[in-house]
Amino acid sequence: MAPNPERLLRANPRRQLKERLVKALVAAAALLSVLISIAIVASLVVRALQFVTGLMAPTADTMDEATGPVSLWNLVADQWAPRFFEFGIGTLIVGSLLVTVIAMALATPIGLGAAIYLSEYADARVRRIVKPILEVLAGIPSVVLGFFALRWISPNLVQVIFPSAGGQNLLAAGLGVGLLTIPLIASISEDAMASVPDALRQASAGLGARKRRTTLSVVLPAAVSGLVAALIVAVSRAIGETMVVFLAAGASGNSAQFTANPLDRGSTMTAAMASQASGTDGTISELGFNSLFFVGFVLFVITLLLNLLADRFVRRVRQSY
Amino acid sequence: MAVTSPLLDKKTADRVRAELETGGKDRGELIFKTMIGATLAFALLVLGILLFDVITGSWPVFSERFGSFVSRGTRTSAEETGIFQGLRGTFWIGVFVVVVTFPIGIAAAVYLEEYAADNWLTRVISINIRNLAGVPSVVYGILGFTVFVGLLKGIYGDVAFSQGNTIMAGGLTLAVLALPVVVITSSEAIRAVPSTLREAAYGVGATKSEVIRSHVIPYAAPGILTGTLLSLARALGEAAPLILVGAVQGKLGPKSGFFELGQLGEKFTAMPIVITHFASQPGDDWQPVASAAIVVLLLVVLSFNAVAVLLRNRFEAKRER
Amino acid sequence: MTEQSSSRIDQSAAVAGYASALDVEPKGPTVMNLDQVSVYYGDFRAVRDVTMPVYEHEITAMIGPSGCGKSTVLRSLNRMNDLIPTARVEGSISYMGVDLYGPNVDPVEVRRRIGMVFQKPNPFPKSIRENITYGPKIAGIAKSEWPALVESSLRSAAIWDEVKDRLDDSALGLSGGQQQRLCIARAIATKPDVLLMDEPCSALDPIATGRIEDLMQQLKDEYSIVIVTHNMQQAARVSDHCAFFTTEVDADSERRTGQLVEFSETTRIFSNPSDERTENYVTGRFG
Repeated sequence: MAPNPERLLRANPRRQLKERLVKALVAAAALLSVLISIAIVASLVVRALQFVTGLMAPTADTMDEATGPVSLWNLVADQWAPRFFEFGIGTLIVGSLLVTVIAMALATPIGLGAAIYLSEYADARVRRIVKPILEVLAGIPSVVLGFFALRWISPNLVQVIFPSAGGQNLLAAGLGVGLLTIPLIASISEDAMASVPDALRQASAGLGARKRRTTLSVVLPAAVSGLVAALIVAVSRAIGETMVVFLAAGASGNSAQFTANPLDRGSTMTAAMASQASGTDGTISELGFNSLFFVGFVLFVITLLLNLLADRFVRRVRQSY
Repeated sequence: MAVTSPLLDKKTADRVRAELETGGKDRGELIFKTMIGATLAFALLVLGILLFDVITGSWPVFSERFGSFVSRGTRTSAEETGIFQGLRGTFWIGVFVVVVTFPIGIAAAVYLEEYAADNWLTRVISINIRNLAGVPSVVYGILGFTVFVGLLKGIYGDVAFSQGNTIMAGGLTLAVLALPVVVITSSEAIRAVPSTLREAAYGVGATKSEVIRSHVIPYAAPGILTGTLLSLARALGEAAPLILVGAVQGKLGPKSGFFELGQLGEKFTAMPIVITHFASQPGDDWQPVASAAIVVLLLVVLSFNAVAVLLRNRFEAKRER
Repeated sequence: MTEQSSSRIDQSAAVAGYASALDVEPKGPTVMNLDQVSVYYGDFRAVRDVTMPVYEHEITAMIGPSGCGKSTVLRSLNRMNDLIPTARVEGSISYMGVDLYGPNVDPVEVRRRIGMVFQKPNPFPKSIRENITYGPKIAGIAKSEWPALVESSLRSAAIWDEVKDRLDDSALGLSGGQQQRLCIARAIATKPDVLLMDEPCSALDPIATGRIEDLMQQLKDEYSIVIVTHNMQQAARVSDHCAFFTTEVDADSERRTGQLVEFSETTRIFSNPSDERTENYVTGRFG
């Protein structure tokens, strides 16, 4: 065989073209995600800005008989009622906060406890059965939990313990959101505890520590970054949850009085958005419609900050083991 | 002299024996184990109550008029209403997720794991994708409303049956929502492909795209499939983004056949929206239909979840051997 | 830089086939020539200034202590190093007179002509037959030729009799030694000229190792083989020429860099090496 040095080892142009094409295609797919983020921010910001400038420059259309021309002061009104140019966003933020606190109060002990049990106590057989069941719980759509909160938790728990509560209340919604976040906390925490090296457990046991002491003084502190991440992710999820609050807290008609009482009806940022878009109010002003985007922007920024924070904690777990 | 003469006097021996033979019956230990066991039991109990509540609640509907319930459109009376249009919408949303999200998501994962250099752009893309996974679903609704509804309105105009709030807009919105989870889980699956397998293929002269297509993707397929099924299940259960996109709550106009392509440009609804509508109707007579619709949605969503979990467990067990 | 390397191609093309630039007696035609080769990972120079030939139809062994860069050099011979983003090769490696790192050279073509067998047997998780046919398939060889190729490759790798009745079984069901011979069969199915073997027996028991060594002796009639081995006895048993590498602390970076100490006929390396370091190593006083 006498190879021609000129042509030997030369690339096949067709094959090279194909390789470049494939690379370009998959790169485009990856870049699409950046485009999506830009589109999300753009769709929020444009109308959110229109909303703020609309407040600063009142027109004849945005004049309310009772309160006079709109201004930025409308943002601190004591209720959320876009129809009447009442944009008390504090009402929604406090509503979101209440729901989140209630949800975390339920989900933190249950989720962490379940994670500890599965990671430290359960034998392989129990784990094999229980983990898929928790995953089923994680797969239940939020609209189902919304129905459950409205039709079961509220009448059978909340109204029994607090007879003064109405059928729709923030407490029932918070508990429903809590149920939603339990599997999230459980699975992230269990991953964090599973990544704690067994050598640490053995070292503790070798010093005569019982399992409880080992778990509380050795495993949990070693896994703390992951546990914090789990809780932050859960908070972010709870703030962003829509349907449970939309159904169970009484946000329909898109108006809510300011309240810090969990037994009252109320709304959250998410529920207000869904309620606004539900089309029960077709004659809404442009300013009122744009308020939806303003709320969405506030929500997006809050959850983004929480997610970035959680990401840092997750990465700290990866670095340490 | 007796060889077995005790080293210690009897009193000391008894004390040592008592200390050693507590049989692990430390009370604090028992209480702790019971408590964390109870948290897990609580989670399982709630799941049990939820399933029991909706299944018993749905029984009147399924036993008396299963046929009409699944074949009719939404009507204004609880006794006559059905979920046909909801099922149809959910089916088409699933089609959009499978056709749009799966290929794009897997391609993006291939880029990130196989092609991307370790530079700032890659880091931006992957941080961006992780954050997209944490964006509240209702915010995706805003994206869907602004981009897809706006775009389709431009295409179809107001003269069509709808004003852009079509099944196409809804399907694309949920396809975008499902994308980050598909990218993340597919990336993990691709990362788990052993580098020796890649080397073997490169060693016989395979090009990059050939290595990816005939070795990396097949090896990662179970993991990719698990992630895609989970994301599909999640998308099918989402209601909030569809509300923002303008899915119809309540009576829906013309009734296309289940598989008719023409409906892609028409107004639509989906199972989670139908449930929202049923659940938010006043009066107890809507409860059975809401429960029945929930059972149907759970059957769809949880069976996708179950297949995904089973698939993953099976392949994990197989790989460990 | 480009000008330099292109002039190098002309040079090596002019001397194609002969190890004229080396301090060893030209023995026979060479299939590859390494000239002043250094391999870098980022800023780190893993191995420097390697100059040696690979003779046709011979077994060339690379020996030396861990971290001396012998595997790194081997992997630069069919551009497997390209898969590591920071890896970079300086100097020239020519194959049949063509600079392997020349501007128009496609690494994929390189690997089809210069096959590789890896340290751990790494069959594809597919059937035995598909393991063999994968290379011919991507090389565009007609499907009608595959059955003959499967048989001839497996025969050449001395594994045909053991697997001929179960070609469609998974390759992962074979023993370690069988898997490695299957990997050799897979490597020769694309009809390469050169076979690179990166410690091919390190994961095998002595009996399987013996079979691979016998096989190498048969294969060298058709192929030129370069083998990296940790096992000095193996190098002494199988190879015709031998390259001894070692490490030294680099004056520039104060990091350990591999270098070629001596390249010579195997008998000379083991009986009468010219470098003291080689002698210390092969007599077991070092490493």
